[in-house]
Amino acid sequence: MNDAMLEVVHGRHNALIDPSLTIWNWEIPVYLFLGGLAAGLLILPALLELRAGDRLRSAALRWAPWISAGLLSLGMLALFLDLSYKAHVYRFYLAFEPTSPMSWGSWILMLAYPVAILLGLGGLSSGERERLSAWLGRFWLKAPLTFAIGLADSMRRSLLWAAIAVGAGLGIYTGVLLGAMSARLAWNSGVLGPLFLTSGLSTGAALLLLLRLDHSERHSVMLFDAGAIVAEMLLIAVLLIGFASGDRTAQHAFWQLTSGPWGAAFWALVVVTGLAVPLVMEAIEFRRRLPMVALTPVLVLVGGLALRFVLLAAGQASGFRDF
Amino acid sequence: MSNSIQRFAMVVDTRLCVACKACVLACKAENAVPDGYARDWLIEEVRGQFPHLAAENRSERCNHCSRPPCVASCPTGASHLAQGGAVLVTHGKCTGCKACIASCPYDARYPHPAGYVDKCTFCLHRVEAGKLPACVEVCPTSCLHFGDLSNQDSDVSRLLRSRQGKVLHPETGCRPNVYFLA
Repeated sequence: MNDAMLEVVHGRHNALIDPSLTIWNWEIPVYLFLGGLAAGLLILPALLELRAGDRLRSAALRWAPWISAGLLSLGMLALFLDLSYKAHVYRFYLAFEPTSPMSWGSWILMLAYPVAILLGLGGLSSGERERLSAWLGRFWLKAPLTFAIGLADSMRRSLLWAAIAVGAGLGIYTGVLLGAMSARLAWNSGVLGPLFLTSGLSTGAALLLLLRLDHSERHSVMLFDAGAIVAEMLLIAVLLIGFASGDRTAQHAFWQLTSGPWGAAFWALVVVTGLAVPLVMEAIEFRRRLPMVALTPVLVLVGGLALRFVLLAAGQASGFRDF
Repeated sequence: MSNSIQRFAMVVDTRLCVACKACVLACKAENAVPDGYARDWLIEEVRGQFPHLAAENRSERCNHCSRPPCVASCPTGASHLAQGGAVLVTHGKCTGCKACIASCPYDARYPHPAGYVDKCTFCLHRVEAGKLPACVEVCPTSCLHFGDLSNQDSDVSRLLRSRQGKVLHPETGCRPNVYFLA
């Protein structure tokens, strides 16, 4: 035995901190997933409408901004549940801290709502508008609705670009939120921002594929989803290469994700189930002109959720205390 | 009064520390730290090959970094730099989002059962009254030293000039202000 020994007796046993961080539970990965999904549902219909040059036809795409706002609200509820000082939640909106991704995020969330609502109002059919107007009329809200619809119609093109910008900000920030915390080794990468945005786009497309789209829209969304999956695979490769070729802390992160405690979940749920299998299924459906099976987008959604869970767990378990 | 900006620091003489944990108890009593939590703690490290072993006892706490990632990540400004560069948390502004806990490479913070995030304050309330931090005051071997690094005549400045000091994980780039004399 030539190896020198090193024995460390740790005298700190703080709850949720030791032996490794467990401060964030299911609420955070669920929020990060829903935030990404909401970003995808803002960006994708806006891109399709800009490309088509005309209002979207299917109800699913016209209502996508409403779904986005709803999912965002669920995500914010999860975030709220995570706060340990819930009565102080308003403090997020009494400050803007430019160095804090979480501060950026809380303000981006506030921008996402008006954009989603105006985009959603502009996408309503005349029948839907009448029904909404009659319903809101009961609460003396007909005049504000008429004003908002007028605004939404006159600013439609600007709103589409705003949706893309806010959606991109929302999607990227959910990744930067983790990536900026270099103390957690498995998060210490700038790739997380674009990776989470790409995953948000792919899961957003997957959710749309589960809804009723017309033939040409389905074709476009499917192609977009396949492209996002390929981009996501490349970004995961860049993330892993960055870790593998980094210093010993980065190599620890590489080990944790690829063969450590989260290796099995990472490969099985994120890479194979969430990316490789749906990509192959989409390619087969596309080449053979087969009808799409619902399993494909469901797998993409499962993979997106697994990506957040695996990264959150691996990150919390990794720190400088291991060195 | 000196014009230079104060820079509070702590120096731990690991050769004198016997890991008695008096600093931990003094801190808990002084700052009403709840059961199950600690703002400072002891690390006992033994390395080498028998019978040639070297032991190092370290009384650790928040490093009150000069580039604190906890302050940078705080979305509400609750975590901030106070007098002498001490890193404090304004309880009334803290939402308990725990971003600061995740961003601290030393895991020096914890969520207080009352909801806010808590940590060592360098006992600034005592320092402002002209006293030493509770852990320094009570140390039976006088292995803990507290002072202002911008003052060349302070205890901590002299110790770091005369003996070799190290900080924990300098590679984080946080510029910690708790030094350990080997």
